[in-house]
Amino acid sequence: MRQEIRISGFGGQGIILMGYITGKAATIYDSKNATFTQSYGPEARGGSCSAQVIISTEKISYPVLIAPDVLITMSQAAYNTFYSGLKPGGILIYDSVLVKPAKNDSSQQFFSIPSKSIAGELGKEIIANIVMLGYLVKVAGVVSPNAMQEAIVSSVPAALCELNIEAFKRGLSYSSPN
Amino acid sequence: MVDVVNKKDVSVRFMSGDKACAEGALMAGCNFFAGYPITPATEVAEHMSQRLPATGGIYIQMEDEIASMAAILGASWGGAKSMTATSGPGFSLMMENLGLGIVTETPCVIVDVQRGGPSTGLPTLVSQSDMMQAKWGSHGDYEVIALAPQSPQECFDLTVKAFEYSEQYRLPVFVMMDEVVGHMTEKVEIPSPDSVKPYPRRYTKLPPGEYMPYRPQEDLVPEIVSAGQGYAVHVTGLTHNEKGYPEISAKAQENMVQRLTDKIKKNVKKIVLLEEENLEDAEIVVVSYGISARTAQYPIEKAREEGMKVGFVRLLTVWPFPEEYIDNLAKRIKAFVVPEINLGQIGREVERCAHGQAKVLGITHPGGGLHFPEKVLETIRSAAQ
Repeated sequence: MRQEIRISGFGGQGIILMGYITGKAATIYDSKNATFTQSYGPEARGGSCSAQVIISTEKISYPVLIAPDVLITMSQAAYNTFYSGLKPGGILIYDSVLVKPAKNDSSQQFFSIPSKSIAGELGKEIIANIVMLGYLVKVAGVVSPNAMQEAIVSSVPAALCELNIEAFKRGLSYSSPN
Repeated sequence: MVDVVNKKDVSVRFMSGDKACAEGALMAGCNFFAGYPITPATEVAEHMSQRLPATGGIYIQMEDEIASMAAILGASWGGAKSMTATSGPGFSLMMENLGLGIVTETPCVIVDVQRGGPSTGLPTLVSQSDMMQAKWGSHGDYEVIALAPQSPQECFDLTVKAFEYSEQYRLPVFVMMDEVVGHMTEKVEIPSPDSVKPYPRRYTKLPPGEYMPYRPQEDLVPEIVSAGQGYAVHVTGLTHNEKGYPEISAKAQENMVQRLTDKIKKNVKKIVLLEEENLEDAEIVVVSYGISARTAQYPIEKAREEGMKVGFVRLLTVWPFPEEYIDNLAKRIKAFVVPEINLGQIGREVERCAHGQAKVLGITHPGGGLHFPEKVLETIRSAAQ
């Protein structure tokens, strides 16, 4: 089965790294196939940016997204740009502090997490992306928790490994108050 | 594709096509890279700049692509296995010295990660519009070898193959990637270095004095020497005789140019790599290469589900073109469908080789995006009518 994931936010949030880690978790640690692509615009830090991951147990012939099953937005601008592309019945995951969704298509499931605030509690707001990866695994599956953790460990600097694992676990165990 | 002796030693990586291409080069024994960064090929150079010094090789960032091409030719005559990587605008600049590489029969590999053209065009977006430039970009008559990967794994595999062909047939070989294949990241299986034997250079065993730098062997390819081995050789872009000395005459031209083309044309069957699917009962055959072949897979499956008899030929080698193969296929089918991200460069080649025996429907795209599956499916449907 083919699963399409779009991860979006602004440059500097580690959006591309999230896509890379998710694809790596699926291929190397879950032994599935994954294709990871990223938007290559002139945008740099601060501009909108998006990573796309396709995961499948079969060969992936079409390497770009047709309609995402899962959309992660970590900025309002990214939500405004990409929400309309989310599949009916799809899953939206957003940072509850940074994004205010305008409407809720009843066929879709919405999940939110204050990933930036949680990362702040851990001492580094920059690892909000890893908190978000934990929450992605919790609410959408996509890859196994072990695979995601292994992929994180093998992709971040050794000195920050413990902190990243902590961030991942916070996301993985987060329960929305409502 | 890569000759793996010990399957146990495969390392599985999650890697972009550009990096996989660089890893393939290293696996094939590449120890010299000269280039100038350009989107979407920069990551090939970047990866080589990190990996080559660590493996005892040389990485040089040149002032431009004309110099890059000159440097890899010189390095090759110095005994190195050399490579450069670029995109359209740089590929144009390389065309002059490409001719020098062809006429001096210099083994080397040129990677073109294609983006939209002409001119600076679409730096960050996909295209396959340099396919004809690979064939005809430099002046004069000559034949080339060009390979087209459709995934990061094939960027690795076909770069290894390109080095092999460059040594076997003594010429610059092209790896015609594109922005999507170069930038996408997927699983790449890399065999352990000691399980792949780099193709050896065809050094002569004759002593200096007896050795003739352009005297062909049975397969029309001459043996080679390197600077510093004690041979006095003359390497020139002028038309030359078997000694390598310039000889400006119709006779010398005929000998040299005819052999340069024949050494490829008479070995087409050995050089052409292609994959076939469902040709037995096919009435329509989709012919494609690189990323467009990959995106055609889904609409072909759909068309077969709808009951259409559709076959598929994927060209891994685009040049030399499999003329006889297409001609034979044309005799027994109704139509060819040729999706590609240009305005019909290889479609025209299929048409030429079909000799009017089968219809040829091109699916063109000016570049900047991939073919939509629906558009390919529609064309297959109209070919079936």
